[in-house]
Amino acid sequence: MNWSWDIFFESFPIIIEGLGITIALTIACYLFALLFGFVWTLLRQIPIKPVRWILLWIMEFIRSTPPLVQLFFIYYAWPMVPVVGMTLDPFTSAVLGLGIHYSTYIGEVYRTGINSVDKGQWEASRALNFSTRRKWTKIILPQAIPPTIPMLGNYLIIMFKEVPLASTIGVVGILAMANNYGADHWRYLEPLTIVAILFLVLSYPSAILVNKLERKFNRRFDKKGAVSND
Amino acid sequence: MKGVEITVTVLLASVVLGYLMAFIAGFCRLSSNVILRKFTGFYVEVFRGTSLIVQLFWLYYALPILFGIEIGSNFWAGVLAISLNYGAYMSEVVRSSILSVAKGQTEASTALNMSRFQRMRLVIFPQAVRMMLPEFGNYLILMLKSTSLVSLIGMMDILYYGDILRSSNLSQAPTVYLLVLVFYFILALPLIWLTKKMESASKKGVAS
Repeated sequence: MNWSWDIFFESFPIIIEGLGITIALTIACYLFALLFGFVWTLLRQIPIKPVRWILLWIMEFIRSTPPLVQLFFIYYAWPMVPVVGMTLDPFTSAVLGLGIHYSTYIGEVYRTGINSVDKGQWEASRALNFSTRRKWTKIILPQAIPPTIPMLGNYLIIMFKEVPLASTIGVVGILAMANNYGADHWRYLEPLTIVAILFLVLSYPSAILVNKLERKFNRRFDKKGAVSND
Repeated sequence: MKGVEITVTVLLASVVLGYLMAFIAGFCRLSSNVILRKFTGFYVEVFRGTSLIVQLFWLYYALPILFGIEIGSNFWAGVLAISLNYGAYMSEVVRSSILSVAKGQTEASTALNMSRFQRMRLVIFPQAVRMMLPEFGNYLILMLKSTSLVSLIGMMDILYYGDILRSSNLSQAPTVYLLVLVFYFILALPLIWLTKKMESASKKGVAS
């Protein structure tokens, strides 16, 4: 069998149909991870040491085990869990599974952002007798957020590439569309190539954008660093 | 759990191939040959820009049709997909660490009349490797996680057996998957430890 443009153009619109779901799922997972990452950051502030230690290991556990297994766990196993178990539809399970997995990474991003604020800034805001709210909104956050933006952008791209995993639990995104087409017509080559091309077309420009952002922020910090070193 | 063996084999094979790919591609991107540089650039962008699961399916289903190449088995399809994918990511690590070795080092070794090859082997590379180590550790863990994907093309790894166990006994699903997760975590623990070790090793004795 060889490459056939007929099949390429026949399957193209079918696969495009799945694109909307893939993008919607990416955004939903990303928002969930952004919110939940914040929860991790807050939980890490708990002043009781053993609790913090346990949380750290839970995070490590989620980070170092495969998201695919976590997806299966939430989709297949959650309904069987006694007391709290309930059936979730594939889309929600995918959002929960991938969202929780990546929230542990995003929590770390927040933490590095906050840590990157110079210690003197905290001390200065205390010396100026700022209220907690003013300290965070006027001093800390404006400095902590910019360095995290390129990293968060990276995670958006990473999640976009990870979302096809959801096809394994029956979310009909582009990969599932391509696989269905392949199974129906016994042609996998063209549909799967389309999927690969679509991914490239969507993620490559965003990667360039993130790169630009990163450079922009870096330059700003370099300038600041140079000033303070003088 | 019989699947552990397969998971570990896939991991080891992809780690070896992946690192090899990373170094080859990393060096090629730094080479002075434009064609070589552009070609590896293309490889890196393609594999970084598409999703691993898509690459896996593509290698497994599409490649044999396109070129008539039978990769032989799902084992090689899985290993190739993982190592090519992570090789592309890690080649960037190789490239950026070599570039980040201080310029004075290159100049000093040129002043000492070292050849290009000597310079790379004796001066630049040893310093760059130390910078790569922590990132390589992180990618090890990522690779371990991605080996779970090979169950989708029919390899009998941990997840595959977990799935079989679950389908034969539906109410046990939470226990089974939790067990699978724990198994992955146990495999990851030495890698996490190794990464921490590498991090401290890479910090030691580096003037910053």
